Amino acid sequence: MKATVHVMLKNGVLDPQGEAVRHALGALGFGGVNGVRQGKVIELDLAEGTDEAEVTAMCEKLLANTVIESYRVEMS
Amino acid sequence: MKAAVVVFPGSNCDRDLAVAFRNAGADVEMVWHKDTALPKGVDMVGVPGGFSFGDYLRCGAIAANSPICKAVKNHADKGGYVLGVCNGFQVLTETGILPGALLRNAGLKYICKPVGLKVETSQSAFTEGYNAGDVIDIPIAHHDGNYFADEGTLNALEDTDRVAFRYTDNPNGSQHDIAGILSENRRVLGMMPHPERAADSGHGGTDGQALFRAVVGQLTSA
Repeated sequence: MKATVHVMLKNGVLDPQGEAVRHALGALGFGGVNGVRQGKVIELDLAEGTDEAEVTAMCEKLLANTVIESYRVEMS
Repeated sequence: MKAAVVVFPGSNCDRDLAVAFRNAGADVEMVWHKDTALPKGVDMVGVPGGFSFGDYLRCGAIAANSPICKAVKNHADKGGYVLGVCNGFQVLTETGILPGALLRNAGLKYICKPVGLKVETSQSAFTEGYNAGDVIDIPIAHHDGNYFADEGTLNALEDTDRVAFRYTDNPNGSQHDIAGILSENRRVLGMMPHPERAADSGHGGTDGQALFRAVVGQLTSA
């Protein structure tokens, strides 16, 4: 069982790294980008019986800082 | 007056912080991140700057979940004093002892230089050695010092006089130019600038000395 956790800065929180990537894309001639947001993907290899509720608890406690970040869990 | 300075793997201002407390008259003991309790009789906990756990995941996130931080949180909850500097401030926000979070600097660069700080309040044990409105020179050295909090939190900080220091020339994009904040009971201070690096004439500046003298003095007489 695997879980993939996507962590992104919340809307409304300035993402200076995403902005820098957007500028760099523009400098390379890619004019068609209005905005870039950069986040992270965390893959968890889960032991048998670990459920989504537990992964959500992991997100709340450690994997995301919910003051600034939102997260999404995908179980597979 | 007894102070404990927490040491995480990757802390690098722990000894500087200990020296600053000691020179102000405190007895200082170092505590390791795996310790589950603070030494008996500790009045003040210093959470130092550095790169605890390599800044992995988020600055301060792993440290905030270390055994000693449970003890630090208990200490704060019981009305104990805590000073978090730089990475220590990040750790205090990650534990929830202080509100908000520290984001990547708006200019994306690591910044290491002396900056002007306006003392916003003298109403705390940490800042009573200054006058509100004083401008002091204290070095910063951080990559993630861009203070962020939602509007309700920012308003609460402003309305209750809990912004301790503000940058005179915002170097990192912090909301409301915030460089340091106090807890509700005014006994926990978190700040990105390093007062312990301006606490001895050999440092090239001594504007941070008043902070350590004030808080150690108050806790010694208490």
